[in-house]
Amino acid sequence: MAIEIKDLSYTYSPRTPYAATALRNVDFTIEEGVFLGIIGKTGSGKSTFIQHLNALIKLQSGSIKVMDIDLTAKKPDLKRLRGTVGMVMQYPEYQLFDETVEKDVAFGPKNLSLSEEEIKGRVREAITLVGLDFNEVRDRSPFELSGGQKRRVAIAGVIAMRPKILILDEPTAGLDPQGKKEILSLIRRLKETTSPTVIIISHDMDAVAEECDQVALFSEGKLAAFASPEEIFYNDELLAETEMDVPSVVKIAKELKKRGANIEGRPVKKAELIERIKRWRDE
Amino acid sequence: MPIRFDHVSYEYPSEDSPVLAVKDVSLDIEDGSFVCICGENGSGKSTLAKLINGLLQPTKGEVTVDGATTSTEEESELFAIRQKVGMVFQNPDNQMIASIIEDEIAFGPENLGVPREEIEERITYALEAVGMSEHRHHTPYKLSGGQKQRIAIASVLAMRPEVLVLDESTAMLDPKGRKEVLKVAHELNNQHITIILITHFMEEAAQADRVIVMNRGEIVMDDVPQKIFSDREKLERYDLELPVVDEIASELIEAGIPIPSQIYGESELAEAIWRSK
Repeated sequence: MAIEIKDLSYTYSPRTPYAATALRNVDFTIEEGVFLGIIGKTGSGKSTFIQHLNALIKLQSGSIKVMDIDLTAKKPDLKRLRGTVGMVMQYPEYQLFDETVEKDVAFGPKNLSLSEEEIKGRVREAITLVGLDFNEVRDRSPFELSGGQKRRVAIAGVIAMRPKILILDEPTAGLDPQGKKEILSLIRRLKETTSPTVIIISHDMDAVAEECDQVALFSEGKLAAFASPEEIFYNDELLAETEMDVPSVVKIAKELKKRGANIEGRPVKKAELIERIKRWRDE
Repeated sequence: MPIRFDHVSYEYPSEDSPVLAVKDVSLDIEDGSFVCICGENGSGKSTLAKLINGLLQPTKGEVTVDGATTSTEEESELFAIRQKVGMVFQNPDNQMIASIIEDEIAFGPENLGVPREEIEERITYALEAVGMSEHRHHTPYKLSGGQKQRIAIASVLAMRPEVLVLDESTAMLDPKGRKEVLKVAHELNNQHITIILITHFMEEAAQADRVIVMNRGEIVMDDVPQKIFSDREKLERYDLELPVVDEIASELIEAGIPIPSQIYGESELAEAIWRSK
């Protein structure tokens, strides 16, 4: 088990006229090694939820356990938590601040009481992992890099902490198609190398269907469903209720089935759909 | 002809290596059209947008709006052009200044010295046009991204522009917000406001009258969307992402399944696949 969430609720500005409940009794367990997609309309509680996972938001009610760190403890080990859960916020490039790429990426590990040597090694490794040439970018100002490169530097800063769990809020927002492809393949690579458990928040249903093996659907602060992409994207009632869009692949498959085509199973990925269309045509 | 680019180049000043962002572009944009400008990051599409209303001035060639050149030193002439050509940018949070929405919208006309009564009328018109009338007395900070962009559009509309340039104004929005902004853009276009939409979402280009594709500072494609979408080889070369449905169509064609190369959406593709058997 990577993260266990029990009966989690959260209200912003409680006991004031502005009180707004963001999470209601969220209860589920995220296993180690999964690629989880969190979906839901804007305002459904997705961001509030993930901010709990590295204690950016203090628990109000319910409990969370991340690996063996208990966030309900009187003094949870936040230092270890933040070394375990790496959080890449929306538009992380806006948070770059230091004068060189190397210093910026080193900021996190420096807070982990590591040796100078160890920090250097980690920074070099992280910058290389995100696909940048360490020697070429180390002394450059992060602000003179392109948008996609800046985002990679920001991700490197998180990777340098060697988090076992990597969480990314809308990692492809605002990127052009090439940048989007690169970031998604980078995330896959990081899952295989440094961070076996990956959680992304995304509005891009096509990407969620292609990449994720589990999906958590939030609606009005509640966990409306936690299941495989097939189960979620073929549950018409649930989708209508939560006003969610479905991936193009699923739309096409449903339309074909409606016409009576014998498309096997519940395809959610492009390759699956194409393969099944071919099979049906060859019948 | 309200907007004309005549052999326009633009070079960003830099000490060590100046960057030629737009290279010798000639272009006419007709009154009342809906034009989409696409291209990957660094293709020059945003530079092109900023050249239209004189936010940037060409380093070579000339841009004219209704015959008036943007290469003028006269502030008042530039001002007149910017009043005609309004711009909305990418990040909604960077465009809000006032704490109440009607003040936000009044800001432009107040600076023009428009009389108070007319300002009132303009606020009413602008908020109605973007479907945000009920928010007139609220603060913009609590709005969603799509709503903020609609307010940014309303602020531009209060200047009574003839042309609205949306410079990646949908890039940071969620799907719902994107749909809202696009709907407003099409409604304004129906009222004969020229729309120039800069985007890298090809789905958004599908509804335009005309799509211009930029690559390395040059115009490499310029046609109606159906023609642009069916030229898959070029789209790939210029790194434009097809809507997923067109990608699937393209792969099916490659696999030898006889379906047409111009597809408009999932339902039509499903129909074509169904008929192909």
